[in-house]
Amino acid sequence: MAKVLMKGNEAIGAAAIKAGCKHFFGYPITPQNEVPEYMSKELPKVGGVFVQAESEVAAINMVYGAAGSGVRVMTSSSSPGIALKQEGISYIAGAELPAVIVNIVRGGPGLGSIQPAQSDYNQSTRGGGDGDYKLLVYAPANVQEMVDLLQEAFDKADYYRNPVMVVGDGMIGQMMEPVEFKERPHVDLPAKDWAAVGTKGLRKPNVINSLFLQPEDLEEHNIRLTAKYQKMKDNEQRYEAYNMENAEIICVAYGTTARIVKNAIETLKEEGINVGLIRPITLWPFPEKAFEVLPETAKAFISVEMSMGQMIDDVKIVSNGRLPVDFYGRSGGMIPTPEGIIGKIREMIGGAK
Amino acid sequence: MAVVFQKTKGLTDKETHYCPGCTHGIIHRLVAEVLEELDILGETIGVAPVGCSVLAYDYFNCDMQEAAHGRAPAVATGIKRSLPDKIVFTYQGDGDLASIGAGEIVHVAHRAEKITTIFVNNAIYGMTGGQMAPTTLIGQKATTAPLGRDSSTTGFPLKISEMLATIQGAVFVERVTVHNPAAIRKAKKAIKRAFEVQIAGQGFGIVEVLSTCPTNWGMTPIKALGWLEDNMIPYYPLGNLRTPEEAK
Ligand SMILES: Cc1ncc(C[n+]2csc(CCOP(=O)(O)OP(=O)(O)O)c2C)c(N)n1
Ligand code: SF4
Repeated sequence: MAKVLMKGNEAIGAAAIKAGCKHFFGYPITPQNEVPEYMSKELPKVGGVFVQAESEVAAINMVYGAAGSGVRVMTSSSSPGIALKQEGISYIAGAELPAVIVNIVRGGPGLGSIQPAQSDYNQSTRGGGDGDYKLLVYAPANVQEMVDLLQEAFDKADYYRNPVMVVGDGMIGQMMEPVEFKERPHVDLPAKDWAAVGTKGLRKPNVINSLFLQPEDLEEHNIRLTAKYQKMKDNEQRYEAYNMENAEIICVAYGTTARIVKNAIETLKEEGINVGLIRPITLWPFPEKAFEVLPETAKAFISVEMSMGQMIDDVKIVSNGRLPVDFYGRSGGMIPTPEGIIGKIREMIGGAK
Repeated sequence: MAVVFQKTKGLTDKETHYCPGCTHGIIHRLVAEVLEELDILGETIGVAPVGCSVLAYDYFNCDMQEAAHGRAPAVATGIKRSLPDKIVFTYQGDGDLASIGAGEIVHVAHRAEKITTIFVNNAIYGMTGGQMAPTTLIGQKATTAPLGRDSSTTGFPLKISEMLATIQGAVFVERVTVHNPAAIRKAKKAIKRAFEVQIAGQGFGIVEVLSTCPTNWGMTPIKALGWLEDNMIPYYPLGNLRTPEEAK
């Protein structure tokens, strides 16, 4: 199929519809408004449903209801709105329902700003809802990758019966890039025979629920969920390794920040300084496998983020004391520049000598 | 031998956990009988609340979904919009519906969602042990209003049905009670009507059912029925507030 030029947020809507999502529940918040706007225009054309909820809290609970009915369903929001959705996300995970949640991250805390940020790393990977649950979290770095991962997110959600979050920053939502809607391989998915769609008098009632009043029942449920999360850890880690051969410094960066880091790497290369990049594509599970074998030249990691430092904790965990972990970040809607990153890396190399 | 009374197929065989004399059980039976009589049990998805009736999903003999506290109307919206030909109802207490879920109930009516809500008003938080609800009467004691509800610090009990009746999309609104057999028969009629309104696709319907909580009111079941009649009905007048005909 030919490439079309699309704004990130609209591409999200188009990709969801392409993936068979006909149900969208959302609430306006900048910088993701083009997603609900696109869905309100396009979903009715394919016999789908768009509802503008009264709040993010209601929107995520509508998602929970629709997911319980077995349909492919999505919501999108931005940071403060995602904070409000956390209770519902925990219920969706607890009841083991598939759903896709998009977060076009803006600066925080509080009302923060409407500019791009990556300060929801913790909110995405550690959750904000109660209990031991995990989301599969994708972090695309360009609009094409957003479109590909978003479609896959629906398959993964169905496969694991678990909510999947797709995280982009405001930049990805607003930028125009050429995208191609590729033919996707057919994925065999289990029938949704658990859905609450009416018994028709033919079977026992299905119950969608996350309540287990007996402690032994809830523990058993948690053990089962944890086994599922382990399966995700084993099978779903994704990353890109860039310029890792003979790298002295290894940057860890995701999303649009990784693109800026690549620019910095190319400039430093011309000066004969070798810097590598590990770009997590899944934020959870964190791509531990990328860190198993490191080039012998590596002297340090640096986590580069559009935040005051959140992913750095995971980099420290996987480094496990092997190498020092440094940090460079901008926040509040300030975008890291290649020059800023280069300056920091020069400082590190000076110090590492 | 003629069968005089038979348990409705609308309820499962599970024994309910409600306290002796609690009228939640009666209200369950009425809803279940209506679902059976309208022959829609196999086409219905119910949404259970957080509150004493949280386990309603074990009792109603139809597909069920358990919602977060107050969010049942939003969950029901998600279900109904995915399965527009099915019947969807919520069953909610007054803490669930009138306090934490006040926004969701207003907007389910505002959107004229074609669902039915059974609103059990017992003027108190039952499950958490008798705290004040927005529906607690002035002077009524609660564990968080130990001297009785005082309007100077807590305002006045919320009349949900009257409030919802001002919303155009709420096409069926009726307040009933279950404190005596005649009242129970009337309550059932209203519940049936509310489901018929949904089947006809006319809009949102709600039946507020005045209910007892002998445990947290600190009364015997009989005394609780009398207290409901003497205190709740004067403040929460019974009757229909809206029918689809009037809503036009
Ligand atoms: C988010 C959240 N807040 C508080 C609670 C605790 N809680 C459980 S039931 C309940 C009150 C229920 O009262 P009501 O809706 O009146 O129902 P009743 O028990 O009287 O039938 C509360 C506050 C909860 N489960 N979740
Ligand atoms: S606490 Fe009150 S509302 Fe709850 S079951 Fe007992 S009597 Fe009924």
